[in-house]
Amino acid sequence: MNRQAVIAGAIALVFGGAAQAADEITVMSWGGAYTKSQVEAYHKPWMAETGNVVNSVDSDNPATPIKAQVEAGNVSIDVADVEYSDAIRLCDEGLLEEIDTSMLPAAPDGTPAEEDFIDGALTDCAVANIVWSTVYAYDTTKFEGNAPTTIADFFDLEGFPGKRGLRKSAKANLEMALMADGVAPDEVYDMLESEEGVERALAKLDTIKSEVVWWEAGAQPPQLLADGEVAMSTAYNGRIFNAAIGEGQPFEIVWDGQILDFDLFVVPKGAPNAEAAMDFIAFATDTQRLADQASWISYGPARKSSGELVGLFNDGKTEMAPHMPTAEANLAGALVNNFEFWADRDTEISERFNAWLNI
Amino acid sequence: MSANAAEVSGSANEPMVRFKNVQKSYDGETLVVKDLNVDIARGEFLTMLGPSGSGKTTSLMMLAGFEPATHGEIILNGRPINDVPPHKRGIGMVFQNYALFPHMTVAENLAFPLQVRKMSKSDAAAKVKRALEMVELPEFGDRRPAQLSGGQQQRVAVARALVFEPDLVLMDEPLGALDKQLREQMQYEIKHIHESLGVTVVYVTHDQSEALTMSDRIAVFNDGVIQQLSSPDTLYEKPDNSFVAQFIGENNRLQGVINEVRGDACVVKLDSGDEVLAEQVVPGGTGTRTTLSIRPERIELDPAPGACPVTIDGKIEELIYLGDHIRVRMNVAGTNEFIVKVRNHTGRKPLAAGQQASVGWDPIDCRALDALT
Amino acid sequence: MSTTAPPAPLLPSNAVDSTGPITAADGTPLQTALSRATRKARIRAFLLVAPLLAFVVLTFVAPIGQMLWRSVSNDSFSANMPALTAWFAENEALGSDGGPEGDGIPGEDAFEALATDLKGARENRTAGIVGTRVNYDLSGTRSLFTKSARQARKLEAPFKAALLDVDEDWGDAELWSVMRSASRTYTGDFYLAALDMQRNVDGEIEAVPENRRIYVPLFVRTLWLSALIAGLCLLLAFPVAHLLARLPLRYSNILMIFVLLPFWTSLLVRTTSWMVMLQSQGVVNDLMVAVGIVGDDGRIQMMYNQAGTIIAMTHILLPFMILPLYSVMKTIPHDYVRAARSLGATPSTAFWRIYFPQTVPGIGAGVLLVFILAVGYYITPALVGGSSGQLISNLIAFHMQKSLNWSLAAALAALLLAGVMLLYWLYDRLIGIDNMKFG
Repeated sequence: MNRQAVIAGAIALVFGGAAQAADEITVMSWGGAYTKSQVEAYHKPWMAETGNVVNSVDSDNPATPIKAQVEAGNVSIDVADVEYSDAIRLCDEGLLEEIDTSMLPAAPDGTPAEEDFIDGALTDCAVANIVWSTVYAYDTTKFEGNAPTTIADFFDLEGFPGKRGLRKSAKANLEMALMADGVAPDEVYDMLESEEGVERALAKLDTIKSEVVWWEAGAQPPQLLADGEVAMSTAYNGRIFNAAIGEGQPFEIVWDGQILDFDLFVVPKGAPNAEAAMDFIAFATDTQRLADQASWISYGPARKSSGELVGLFNDGKTEMAPHMPTAEANLAGALVNNFEFWADRDTEISERFNAWLNI
Repeated sequence: MSANAAEVSGSANEPMVRFKNVQKSYDGETLVVKDLNVDIARGEFLTMLGPSGSGKTTSLMMLAGFEPATHGEIILNGRPINDVPPHKRGIGMVFQNYALFPHMTVAENLAFPLQVRKMSKSDAAAKVKRALEMVELPEFGDRRPAQLSGGQQQRVAVARALVFEPDLVLMDEPLGALDKQLREQMQYEIKHIHESLGVTVVYVTHDQSEALTMSDRIAVFNDGVIQQLSSPDTLYEKPDNSFVAQFIGENNRLQGVINEVRGDACVVKLDSGDEVLAEQVVPGGTGTRTTLSIRPERIELDPAPGACPVTIDGKIEELIYLGDHIRVRMNVAGTNEFIVKVRNHTGRKPLAAGQQASVGWDPIDCRALDALT
Repeated sequence: MSTTAPPAPLLPSNAVDSTGPITAADGTPLQTALSRATRKARIRAFLLVAPLLAFVVLTFVAPIGQMLWRSVSNDSFSANMPALTAWFAENEALGSDGGPEGDGIPGEDAFEALATDLKGARENRTAGIVGTRVNYDLSGTRSLFTKSARQARKLEAPFKAALLDVDEDWGDAELWSVMRSASRTYTGDFYLAALDMQRNVDGEIEAVPENRRIYVPLFVRTLWLSALIAGLCLLLAFPVAHLLARLPLRYSNILMIFVLLPFWTSLLVRTTSWMVMLQSQGVVNDLMVAVGIVGDDGRIQMMYNQAGTIIAMTHILLPFMILPLYSVMKTIPHDYVRAARSLGATPSTAFWRIYFPQTVPGIGAGVLLVFILAVGYYITPALVGGSSGQLISNLIAFHMQKSLNWSLAAALAALLLAGVMLLYWLYDRLIGIDNMKFG
C-alpha cells in the first residue's frame, strides 16, 4: 500500500472506519473453470472482507506477460498464477517480489504455515495454492467395452484407435511417452537428461504423431473431446472434472502416468499494489480457502490441513476427495514434475521438440 | 459519288451493309433502336447523327458485333452476320477515346491486328511503316501512346483501324475529345483518307457540322428511329420534318394552320393572322397545323417591293455584329426570336434596333413541316 | 517605405546576367529569397505532420528498432558478471585452448572473478538471468549458476578448487568457451542460431545436427506457403475483381460489401469459423459424408495441418488481393478489349495480350501485399495449422512468449524482414514499384 493509502487508512480508522480506502488489485490466471474456482473461493470472500476490488484477467500462460511488463517498467499485474518452473525461473531472474512466508496464517490447529504446506509448495517468490496434474482423458462413447486404463494405452493406436490431443510443448509429453514406453516414473528425468532419452521419448511420440491434434490453451482439450475431434487427449485434470461432473460430458480420466505439478501465486517485481497483493495471497492460501476452492474444481489443496475440510462439489452431491490428483488411489504411477530439470533443459529440449514437431 | 451511293439500294450493285428490321432493347421494356432499315453502299461515307440516346451508337455497336440485335438481320457483303463474333467480321473500328493499348508502342499497336492474322514479321513491319506514313507520323513508331498528343493518338487510332485493310471502318465519335481547331483539321484528314482508300466508313457523331462536312449521306437519328437519310445538302435545304430542320443548322419557326393547298405549295395562316405561301411537306389538307421553317440566310431584310413573293412586316429588336454577317433579331409574326442574317457588303442599308423593317422570302425556302408543340 | 532605396527596376541587370547566380530584386540570391518566402509554409506543414511523426517514431520505429537491437546486443552476462567479463576482456589472447594447463580451463584469477560475480548475482538475484543466457548456448548450465550462486557466500580462496567442489562442471572447457562468447555484449550468435548454425568448442561456425535444424526449413516453408497462398488468392480474386469492375455500380456495391464483410469481422472469429467448417466432425466433412463422397470413417483431415493454414489464410487474405485488382481493373476501359476484338483478336488473345498486361500493376500490388502479410501471419496458423502448418512467426512468438529468448526472436524477425526487403527489391528490379497500384 502506498503512503497515501496508509494515511487514508489511518484517517478512516480515526473517524470510525466509515470510509475504508479500497485497493484494487489485478489477478491473472488461466481462465475457464479454474479462474471461476478462484473467483468463488478467493476473490469474492476477500473482497467481502476487505472491501478491496479484484480485477480478474485471463491468459494462456500468466507467466508470459511478466517478463515484458517488468522489463518495460510498466507492471499492471499484482498477482499471477504460474506454473512451478516459471515461478522458479522468474524468481531467479529477479522478476518477482520475494514473499515472506512468515506472513502466511497458520493451520487451524496451530501448525505454522511452513510446515502445513506440502514440501516444495513454498519458495522464495511463490506460494502454491493447488496441486494439479496433467492426465489423459477419453470419450467413453468411443471406447465402450474396451476402455483404456494405462498411459501405454494412450500410445496404442491399434488397440484404441482415434485422434489424440496433446499440448503443443515438450513438457509432460516426453515424460508420458517414456512412461508409456515402460520407464518407471522415478527414472524418467534421469533418462531425459541424455540425448538418447529425449530421442526415445520422441520415437514413442512418433508412433502417434500422425493422429495428434495439438492444443495450447487448457480450455481446448474438453472442447476437442466434446466436438469429437479427438478420442482422447491429455488435459489438466480439473478441466476434465468440470466437463464430466459439472456439465455431464462422457469423459473419463486415466490417472496412470499423471504428472503432478503446483500452481503458485507470485507477485511481479514492481506490482502497483504489492502490499494488497501479499494480503490477498495470505488470505487465499489459508486452510479454509484452499479447501473451498477444491469444491469448485478438482485440484488438490497445497496445505495438508485443508485435506479434511474438502467436501462436496458445488453440485451438492459429488464427493471431491476421489477426484483429487493427490487421492491415494490416483497416485500409483504418478510422476512429480521436476521443475529444476525443466528450468535447465527447457531451451534445448524445446528446440529439439520444435524441430521434431514442425519439420 | 454520293448521289450514286444513295441510289444504289435495290440495284444489281449489292449494298455493303444492310440493316433489315433491326430492333434493340437492353431491358426488355423499351426499344433503343426501333425497326432500323438502312443500306450502306460500298465506298460510302455514312454518318449516323443524333442526340445522345437516339440509338446511333447502339446501331454501330450492333454492326461491330459488340451488341447482339434483339430482332432483325444485319447483312455484311450479302452474308448475315448476327452470329459472327466481332473478331471474324473484319471491320476496323476507331473508338471515342482511341483505345490505343497503353502497354504497347505505337508500332506494336499497329502490328497487333497483323500479328493476330499471323502475318510475317517483315510484311507486318512494312505495312506498319506505310500506315504511319499515311497518317504522317513516320517517326513515332517507338513511342508509347501516352507520349503522343491527342491529335497524334487519333491518327494512330485511325491508322490501326485501317492497317489490316478492312473494307469497312466504323468510327464512334472519334474526334469528340479534341479541341475545335484540331477537330476541323482531323475532319479533313479522315475525309481525305476515306477518299484515297475508297474504304466504306460508318461514322457516328452528335456534331452536325462534322456530319455535314464529311459525309456522303447522313442518317439523322432520334428516339431510335431514322428521321431522315439523305445527302448533307438535301438534309439542310429540304428537311423532312421539324426535328431535322431544328437539329441541323439554324432555322426560324412560325406556327400556323394550312388554309389552302395549291399543288406542292400551300397557304398557311399564321397564329399572328398573317398569311404566307410555303412549300408543303407535312401531309394533310386544309386545317392541318404546321410549323414553318425558314433558314435565316434565306430571308431578305426590307426587300425591294415585288422582289419577294412573301413579305411580312416586323421590327428590329437587336443587332449582333459578327464580321462577315450581321445577325438581326426581329419581332415577326408574333415571335421576337426571328433571326435574319444580313450579309456584310458595302452597299447594305444602315440598321438600328427599334427600327421597323419588313422581311421577305421565296416560298420554296419556307417549308411547312409537322407542327411542333 | 521612406527608408528604402529607389524602386527596383523591373528587370534588375544582374538577373539577366547569365554568368552570376540569379538574384531577386533586392540583390539576395533567388534561392535564398525563395526559401525565405516559403519557410513559414514549410514550418506550418511540418508542425501539421509532427504529431503523426512523433506517434510513428514512438510507437513503431522505436520499439522495432529496440527489438532489432536485441538481436545483436544481449548484456545479460556482461551486466551481471562484471568481474568475469573484465577478465575475459583482459585475457583476450587466451583462447579456448588457453589456461595454465592448456586444457581450456583458466587459472585461479578467472575463478576468483567468477566467485565475486556469483556473490553479486546472489545479492541481486541475477544468477537466473546469467544462467539463462549461457543456457541458450550450452544446455543444462542454468542450474549450475543458480545452484552455485546459492552457495556463493561460502566460497573462499582458492576459488578454483572451491568452485570445482561445488560443481565439477565448472571445469568444462566448452562452458568457458561459451561464457567467453556470452560475455560479449554484441554478438552475432543469435543470427547463427536463427540460421540453424552454432559455434563449436574451437569457436568455428558449423551447422547444428540435422535433427535440430528448424529455422531454415521453417523459413523455406513460410516463403513457399506464402507464395502458394498469394497464388491461390490471385486465382480466386481475379474473376471476382473483374466482375466487380464490370458490373453496374449498384450491383458492384452490393458485391463489394460481401468482399469487405470479412474485414468487419474479427480475425479470431473468422479463423474459428473455419475451424467449425473444416474439423473432422465439421460442416464440410458432414456434408461430404451426407452426400456420400467419403464414408463416416474416411473423414478428411482438412485442419490442424498445412491444408488448414492454406485454406484459412487464403480466405482471410483474399480481400487484400481483390481490392488492388479491382481498383486497377476499374480504370481499364472496356474499349480496349473491344478494340482488340475488332482488330481480329479472339476472346482469349484479347484477354492475354491486351487486358491481362494492363492488370499487372494490380496483380503486383496484390501479390506483394498478400505475400508480405502471409509471411508474417501468426494467429491463423497457430489455431488451424497443427504442426505441419506452422510458419516462422509461430516460432518467433514461441521465443517471445514461452522460451523468453527475445534476442533469438529478434534475430528471426530481422531475418524475415531482410528476406521480405530482398523480395521487394527484386520486385522493384523486375516489375518496378512505380508500376504498382494499391488502389
